[in-house]
Amino acid sequence: MQTQLSKADLRAPGIANNDAASMMLTLTVAGQLCAVPVLTVRDVLGAQTITRIPLAPHEVAGSLNLRGRIVTAVDLRARLDLPPREPGQVAMSVVVDVGGELYSLLADQVGEVLSLDTEGTSPNPPTLDASWKEFSLGVHRHGEQLLVLLDVERLMALGV
Amino acid sequence: MKGPSMDDLLADFLTETNEGLASLDAALLQLERNPSNGAVLSEVFRTVHTIKGTCGFLGLPRLERVAHAAENVLGLWRDGTLPVTQGGITLILSAADRIRQIVAGLEASGSEPIGDDAPLKAALDAAASGEMPTMEKPAAEPPQASMAAPPGAAPLPVQAAPPAVELPTSEPLAEASTGGNAPQTIRVAVDVLEELMVLVSELVLTRNQLMQLARAEENATFAVPLQRLSQITSDLQDGVMKTRMQPIGNAWAKLPRLVRDLSNDLGKRIELEMRGAETELDRQVMELIKDPLTHMVRNSADHGLEKPEQRRAAGKKETGRILLNAYHEGGHIVLEIGDDGRGLNTDRIKAKVISQGLATEAELAAMSEREIHRFIFRAGFSTAAEVTSVSGRGVGMDVVKTNIERIGGMVDLVSREHRGTTFTIKIPLTLAIAAALIVEAGGERFAIPQTGVLELVRVGLGDGPKVERIKNSAVLRLRDQLLPLVPLKQVLRLEPVTEAPQTEGFVVVTQIGAQLFGIVVDRVFDTEEIVVKPVAPILRHITMFSGNTILGDGSVIMILDPNGIARAVGLGLEGTEGGAMQEQATAPRRRDRSTALLLFRAGAGAPKAVPLNLVARLENLEAGRIERTGDSLVVQYRGALMPLVPLDPYASTPQSGQQPVLVFGDRDRAMGLMVDEILDVVDVQLQLDNAGLRPGFLGSCVIAEKVTDILDTGYWLKQGQPDWFETQVAAGTRPRLLIAEDSDFFRNLIVPAVMAAGYDVTTVNNGRDALRLRDAGEMFDIIISDINMPELDGFGLARAVREGGAWAELPMIALSGQSEPCDVERGRAAGFSDYIAKFDRDALLSSLQHCLQPMLAR
Repeated sequence: MQTQLSKADLRAPGIANNDAASMMLTLTVAGQLCAVPVLTVRDVLGAQTITRIPLAPHEVAGSLNLRGRIVTAVDLRARLDLPPREPGQVAMSVVVDVGGELYSLLADQVGEVLSLDTEGTSPNPPTLDASWKEFSLGVHRHGEQLLVLLDVERLMALGV
Repeated sequence: MKGPSMDDLLADFLTETNEGLASLDAALLQLERNPSNGAVLSEVFRTVHTIKGTCGFLGLPRLERVAHAAENVLGLWRDGTLPVTQGGITLILSAADRIRQIVAGLEASGSEPIGDDAPLKAALDAAASGEMPTMEKPAAEPPQASMAAPPGAAPLPVQAAPPAVELPTSEPLAEASTGGNAPQTIRVAVDVLEELMVLVSELVLTRNQLMQLARAEENATFAVPLQRLSQITSDLQDGVMKTRMQPIGNAWAKLPRLVRDLSNDLGKRIELEMRGAETELDRQVMELIKDPLTHMVRNSADHGLEKPEQRRAAGKKETGRILLNAYHEGGHIVLEIGDDGRGLNTDRIKAKVISQGLATEAELAAMSEREIHRFIFRAGFSTAAEVTSVSGRGVGMDVVKTNIERIGGMVDLVSREHRGTTFTIKIPLTLAIAAALIVEAGGERFAIPQTGVLELVRVGLGDGPKVERIKNSAVLRLRDQLLPLVPLKQVLRLEPVTEAPQTEGFVVVTQIGAQLFGIVVDRVFDTEEIVVKPVAPILRHITMFSGNTILGDGSVIMILDPNGIARAVGLGLEGTEGGAMQEQATAPRRRDRSTALLLFRAGAGAPKAVPLNLVARLENLEAGRIERTGDSLVVQYRGALMPLVPLDPYASTPQSGQQPVLVFGDRDRAMGLMVDEILDVVDVQLQLDNAGLRPGFLGSCVIAEKVTDILDTGYWLKQGQPDWFETQVAAGTRPRLLIAEDSDFFRNLIVPAVMAAGYDVTTVNNGRDALRLRDAGEMFDIIISDINMPELDGFGLARAVREGGAWAELPMIALSGQSEPCDVERGRAAGFSDYIAKFDRDALLSSLQHCLQPMLAR
């Protein structure tokens, strides 16, 4: 129930559905700015107790308890083949809904909610790192920075 | 656009029709057995009439035509104008099938599928006009596929009809519910119940968390309301669980029809008996076992039972029997699927095992018959000489076994040549909530479902059990058995595999089918009730986990799947014990020679013991429930008064607290023996020392270095009910039993048990004395004989009996401490009808019943 409420909150009054579809939540992973569609996000959490899962793919950090629901955490650094976080550096959990199943994406930081013009999306530039390219739906220019739109479903296509 | 009311009506109609159809087959078969049963006939008529009436209203012409034609025939039967015939029933069953097909199409597409019902209708009409046509097999016309019907003839789909304005008056319904006392039920969508279940599960978890917090808190102001909240939560959980429970009979509803059709197809006469249909289990579990169950019934009919002429030749009734039985046992439901057919052919299985290279001849020779039979659970194993259309469809018992084990169940079988085969399935009542043991390995905690856990053994400390190595695998010698060990932190790769096995920690002894093994963990915490949740799809490939859950402290924990673990390390495959496990194969048999004794304390003096098999139940009675009538104590127990006898005559009746009681008894009577404390169950080899004999005790025996008195149950039963051995069966009808047994001890054990079961018992000391009775002209209905006796042993007695004389045809049961296959074989060769291990009271009683069945039937 709770999770549904938070979804409704994000769809807050005043924002029409069309707008909501282009709203993005920005994250930082190993210094790279990226974003996921706000409509898939159910929750953003700080540091969590995560239970390790033996024999799981190495991208799976473990599972955590989100108000009575079990959520599997996927470390974006591991998924994107990036070096692990420095010891002591705390990961943020962005809980997303993929096909009815909840997953937590572990990122270094969570930024802000942006409204992105879908027409401003450019294809992946050749300079984009190969590991990012695989999970990128395209890029956006955001001030000085390049923002990668993450393909959440692709990220979760693990272990099948 | 269609009016929503039409959709709703159609949905209601479909649900109702499906329910009606589900009971229709059963009712028709009942009618077939007893054509004069007017009540059943009316019920059938009403069901079909309701379908016809409603579909006329909804504009479903195809359905209406079929139902109408069937109703005509039924109406004539009901009025007595036409007799009910078997051919007629077959016709109505075909009509029911057709209705089912049309309804299925209706459900799938929203409109009636196209098809040609003319031949069926013609046959029904012919039947109604009194001709009994031999309807050709309607196989030629699967209606969905055949587009032969001219499109013009097919009416336009439902949409064409304008939505009806008013609701259908409940006319047909009013007629249907003649009694007016319709059950107080409402229909709830399964989704709603599932959602409710999820919410309650979460409530339970939150409650557990709160309780844990409260325990750490000194301030008790909220302790009382919290306690109430906790109680209400538990009640709510029970209530919601109940809504998911359904009688197993629902899963059986299709079987009578299946068996009828099978018996026609196979040319066999089959009788299906269903017991315990009201036994309830979670609908999720039920859905999962439906298919394996159907498969097994098919198997019994096809492979298990013989053709009538074969049965006649074997001296059996022509009609074979398939028995389904369901009952609760602990948190499990036990299902038995048995037949009285030819039984498994051990030799053929052996040949197949060898030809498939699953085991060598030498290995087979070391296996018991039962172990050999279990090979049929191996993948791709089928001994049917020919593949029939009924059960030869490539789905073997291995699939059944895998499906049952996947839901935490177990399957086993017992088969006797010419006597039949019985499969036993044991499955948890519900998959949603389970008791689990919380353990730690490699710094992580895991839950192990309690269902498969037999015991916990601490290893590596002091003189306790130790981990040993045989070749490259770690084993634990536990009593007489060698258990293969699986170090959890290594199989889960929480620690690199090392040469040296873990020598300290705990062994969780787990059973999968017949295979025992130990899971080695570092620590063991509590047991907890856990709500099983499925793991995320991206983790489902890890077969060692069956789910995950949230503990009382809020942490997430993985639930181990003992089946998965066993499979991952190559255990649990039937009959594939590796070299290290050779010793294990012979171990359980050695154990047969020992006896399980229940140890307890009562009064001063030595601890007491009684063979566990003689005790029906152990109870802890509230002292307040014990009442006094005259000089004796009684308690209301299972709806009857049960006498209580204190083992220690000087003990005072407890005023408060709990009174441990050993309950002895059979079907309708019971007595309770009051003891001070139940200590343990031990397996020992009984060496009885008769010194210091006193009433009520057979003697004493050294158990765990302590002298222990062994109870004489017969004495105590008489204390409780002086007429214990005078059975409720009228004299003369009681079967007469001759028991040949030289040991006083065993005689004292067996005689009370069989007398209590209603047999008239005569005992002799050896085979020679038995034969003297025969020569003196005494007659009995059955003989039970020990094997090792002085003068003339059991084998000798059996041979002498079979040689001729008045007893030559009597059934004989051998009773022996040795029940290895070679002994059993020897017993059979000598002429015994059955071979039972000593102390197995239940087996003895059921064997008696089995052997005497022909006589009791008279």
